[in-house]
Amino acid sequence: MNRHRDTSPSLRITSAEHPFAPEFSLPDLTGKTLKLSDYRGKVVLLDFWATWCDPCREEIPQFVELQNKLGDQGFQIIGVSVDDGPEPVRDFSRQFKMNYPVVMGNAQIGELYGGVLGLPIAFVIGRDGRIYSKHIGATDISLFNREIEGLLQAQGPFPASK
Amino acid sequence: MTAVIVVTRRGIAGHFLIMSVTSSNMKSLIKDEKIIRIGVAIAGILLLPLFAFPYQASSIPSSQLLNPEELVKLLQSSAGEKPLIIQVGSHVLYTQAHVPGSEYIGPASSESGLQQLRKRVEPLPRDKFIVIYCGCCPWSHCPNVKPAHDALRALGFTNVKVLYISDNFGANWVDKRDPTAKGE
Repeated sequence: MNRHRDTSPSLRITSAEHPFAPEFSLPDLTGKTLKLSDYRGKVVLLDFWATWCDPCREEIPQFVELQNKLGDQGFQIIGVSVDDGPEPVRDFSRQFKMNYPVVMGNAQIGELYGGVLGLPIAFVIGRDGRIYSKHIGATDISLFNREIEGLLQAQGPFPASK
Repeated sequence: MTAVIVVTRRGIAGHFLIMSVTSSNMKSLIKDEKIIRIGVAIAGILLLPLFAFPYQASSIPSSQLLNPEELVKLLQSSAGEKPLIIQVGSHVLYTQAHVPGSEYIGPASSESGLQQLRKRVEPLPRDKFIVIYCGCCPWSHCPNVKPAHDALRALGFTNVKVLYISDNFGANWVDKRDPTAKGE
């Protein structure tokens, strides 16, 4: 399967393969260290993006709404910026009123997540810390909504087929 | 503010003028000018391309494009001039994978990236063969290759090609097992 092209509405990892999301520890925009493991028990949307990426800029306001809507149910978005430095990211975060933490990405986290060689790329991670889907390119927010609500409600792994 | 397109018959040398008006200045304009009100909807349609696709990689002429297969042949060939290859997108993406021998300059959608590009190429002869690429996102949404292409052409470079990447560098280069380098 071409892991860099989202040829279906949702590039799903089958129920037989839900790998654990690789752990990382990176500074957020305030300089504080963020660890993925601190969010175990929550459903996490991990979004790789850049301030100059048009499809990313289209998604982010919708992510802000999603965080507002589902945050109190145990949902958390984490943005991973691949900008060259934090200054434009801070400006962007203020302008777009981003209500979730953003860390500065690097090649190591990109390689941990299978190679981030296009933008945006988003991973949906369940409460158990496993990756349940990966989306390459701009993705309809209703699809994210459906997956995330399913994982928030699920007692076990999210079903691979609908 | 009411946004309209006002087309008047006045202007330098009798040319038509197009401008936006506010409700505060509209009355004086209406009094003095012959106005055709076109309306916000049409204004939006006319102006949409400027704002929806400001970078317009799609507007780069096809004669200035290079397919990945063509670049691979150039890299593997022992004959002919090898181009200077410059990645004008993300450093994080570049360090994970890039075209062997390519240099990283900075996102050409930013003024600092363009300055770095101009600085890099300034000493070069204007017929130098240069290939630029990005691969951050689908071609029609790439914000980097068009500004870089325009900057090089404005400097007088006559032998510039843009690597056409339809989806992203991963799908259109790495996954096709084209030669790839990592690191700085």
